[in-house]
Amino acid sequence: MLVLRKFLRDIPAVIGAVIILFVVILALFGPWIAPYPEDASASHLLRRLKPPSAAYPFGTDNLGRDILSRVILGARGALKVALVVVGLAMAIGVPLGLLAGYERGVLAEAIMRVTDVFLALPQLILALALAQLLGPSVESAMLALTLTYWPFFTRIVHAETQRLRNALFIDALQGIGAGTPRILLLHILPNILSPIIVRATIGLGFTILVAAVLGFLGMGATPPDPDWGLAVAQSRTYLPNAWWFATFPGLAILIAVLGFNLLGDGLRDLVDPRLRRSR
Amino acid sequence: MTVPALAITGLRVGIRSDEGMARILDHIAFSIAPGCILGVVGESGCGKSTLIRTILGILPPAAEIVAGSILFEGEDLRAFSEAELNRAVRGSRIGFVPQDPYLALNPLFTIGAQLLEVMRWHAPGERRSHSTRLVELLRRVQLPDPEAALARYPHQFSGGQRQRLLIAAALACSPRLVIADEPTTALDVTTQQQILRLLRELVDELGIAMLFVTHDLGVVAELCDEVSVIYAGQTVESGPTAAMLDRPLHPYTRALLACHPDRSEGFTGIPGAVPSPLRAPPGCRFAPRCAGARPACTGRSPAPQWPEPGRSVDCILYEAKAAA
Amino acid sequence: MAGFIARRVLLVLPSLLGLLVVTFLLIRTVPADPAVALAGDNATPEQIEAIRRQYGLDQPLLVQFGRYLAGVARLDFGASQFSGRPVAADIAQRLPATLELTFAALLIGAGLGIPLGVVAAMNHNRWPDFLLRILSVGGIAIAAFWLAIMLQLLFAMQLGWLPLRGQLSVGLTPPGGPTGFLLLDSLLHGRLDILGDALRHLVLPAVTLSVGGLATIARFTRAGVLDTLQKDFVLYERAVGFPRRRMVWIYVLRNSVVATVSQIGLLFGSLIAGAVVVEAIYDWPGIGSYTVQAILTADAKVMLAVTLLVGVIYAAVNILTDLALALIDPRIREGR
Repeated sequence: MLVLRKFLRDIPAVIGAVIILFVVILALFGPWIAPYPEDASASHLLRRLKPPSAAYPFGTDNLGRDILSRVILGARGALKVALVVVGLAMAIGVPLGLLAGYERGVLAEAIMRVTDVFLALPQLILALALAQLLGPSVESAMLALTLTYWPFFTRIVHAETQRLRNALFIDALQGIGAGTPRILLLHILPNILSPIIVRATIGLGFTILVAAVLGFLGMGATPPDPDWGLAVAQSRTYLPNAWWFATFPGLAILIAVLGFNLLGDGLRDLVDPRLRRSR
Repeated sequence: MTVPALAITGLRVGIRSDEGMARILDHIAFSIAPGCILGVVGESGCGKSTLIRTILGILPPAAEIVAGSILFEGEDLRAFSEAELNRAVRGSRIGFVPQDPYLALNPLFTIGAQLLEVMRWHAPGERRSHSTRLVELLRRVQLPDPEAALARYPHQFSGGQRQRLLIAAALACSPRLVIADEPTTALDVTTQQQILRLLRELVDELGIAMLFVTHDLGVVAELCDEVSVIYAGQTVESGPTAAMLDRPLHPYTRALLACHPDRSEGFTGIPGAVPSPLRAPPGCRFAPRCAGARPACTGRSPAPQWPEPGRSVDCILYEAKAAA
Repeated sequence: MAGFIARRVLLVLPSLLGLLVVTFLLIRTVPADPAVALAGDNATPEQIEAIRRQYGLDQPLLVQFGRYLAGVARLDFGASQFSGRPVAADIAQRLPATLELTFAALLIGAGLGIPLGVVAAMNHNRWPDFLLRILSVGGIAIAAFWLAIMLQLLFAMQLGWLPLRGQLSVGLTPPGGPTGFLLLDSLLHGRLDILGDALRHLVLPAVTLSVGGLATIARFTRAGVLDTLQKDFVLYERAVGFPRRRMVWIYVLRNSVVATVSQIGLLFGSLIAGAVVVEAIYDWPGIGSYTVQAILTADAKVMLAVTLLVGVIYAAVNILTDLALALIDPRIREGR
């Protein structure tokens, strides 16, 4: 309860949580909230590129679709990509980090070397290249992002596990004959959960951002998906006249990513008050 | 009678915290004559570092002086602005020797850069004369190879050498008062002896006053002319060192002396613990741990008594004696 | 110092080799059949077979890798599919533009980010600090491609203050010259008109690219200064009446900047990645736009070469960072 009260006092973090809640609601109930849910795929060539008005608060796009509706409908795709990528990256990165941090020897060394190489790779370029090689689609974008994001989890879990493995209580557990999987899963993992959660929260925001870049470059979502990054790319042809076409989908990306980053910062403070909103 | 180098009366300092105002210093009073070393003794957490920061005007933002006066050579330091303090008091008229010579020097700058920076700031003038004076001082504090020292970095010196450097730095701008914050606790015993001897020589030689803050009665006995004992932010007893060590008046001083291994058989202690300044008892703060406490002790603060010339004690027991 | 550098260079060599292996494997094994991809959509089986032989794709993977390494050692990456020129020549021609852009961005990022971080730390938990916190989280959250378009919309299209795209106005020709860096060459040739035009073209891309780095640098500097202000020597410096401004901006900052500088290596990596998007939007004739073209045309040779190049730059920046740290901190210099 004390933790909750402390969290509620951190206004930026609360703002972040509210934003995320909002995005989640849009993702779950988008089709019922959007004023023109059929605009996910329909087109109305008679009302192309109309500026914002009461009927179309964010204006309409090049195919006459309501941009507000498409921004709302886009939340589901953005969140889905983020959750899948971070989930998969954790599924790969966390066990590898645990193993490399706890065991010593060739295997641990090899895992960390590979991790280092992946960390040195230009992430966006690699993701772009992979997405292209796999054929541009949301699925290949997710796979490409997963392949480039897991090392971040490995590194942090490795560092935390190494710190813990020398702790007295681990010695004690080894002394009473607890097996390695048991120690790792029941004793070390719960202790390093907080940094993982912080990293995952920031990772969600980061993934939305990079996925939007892939969409923008035509390596992610494909038309007519209501994708934020794709919408910004499509809008470029109609600038400067249709400014609303580029502005609102981009604003949606900014706000969603901001939400996760603010919450991630707040959680980090909560977990480690010593850092006091440092990095 | 000469003007004391430093005279503090009725000093109260509070720190705002989530749970209200903590009165970290409650009433502090003492004075130091020029050429004299006053030891301020107290357990850790009694407010010694707050006292130093109050005198130098570098309290943390949450803290403030509630009452009292700090007269430095007759001038009230509380009336000085931050800029005046920084320019003409701290580091110039009042020198400072910190507690931990390992941590007090900026690791990324040479000794010369750091120390000359302070000298140039306080006494703008020719660069060469500053470094000549600094080298002289370093020689005086018996630092080996003083000329080369200026170009070296802090980590290239031993702890004792660094403390000598910092003593030289404290004297660089010809201060009238030097505040030393447990300058020997971080050093090994033999180095400690050398530094104490050096301090005594320098005070006698230069005729400056020194405020020596410590928790170690042994050091006080060796070095100080006078002693002032603090308990939980209150001055409990002041007087000449020899007299006080021979015949302590205040129950806390007696208890403290009894704890000192040189002076007692076996190992004794004081029952209870120092109260938190947030929940300090009313009246005498030592009363809850005092063997001779009376009901009146928790009712009001004791008034200072002068049972002997040059000695003062803040204890209700002596009020009764004075009245009788 | 020379030994120091040599040690660092030797340390990065294994990582670079690892980088080569990983990129090679990814690009050769992820698509089911690279020969099919290379041959294009309506190639006959004979054509595909010919391409397979021509590129040595019928050899075992290890042999292919060996050949590839031999090529890399001679800086021979083959010819690009879409430009038809040797990849190495393309890169050599385009690298200066990217370096100019990223250095300009880094300059803006460090030049504004460090002072902002210091000001925020000095006003900890007061309004400048809150403002910086919000701005810096926003700076990290903003999509560079969107920011680029918004800046173009406002400053190039609506206000017309700055050019929309490109490195130089049509009609001006680069002076050509010793370094290949446009700004430097025009300065060396005394062509101030070209220099001014090039600078005007540089503003929007450099600002766009700098935003993320600026936010990161400001955050790290702020954290570093807050951390340093807790140190004993700061209390000592205050107790001896150090001149306040010099204390903060020289004595405290130098200690705080260690954390920031060690981040700049990582930051440079993200700057190069950001350059991909920014160059594509602003039509900047550098490595980034080259990479996008390569990706869109699935040009594996260019992708491999660019990945390796970024890896080398990343390693070089890390070595430079270590050098900078050694200059800042005498203890690192002495290898303690």
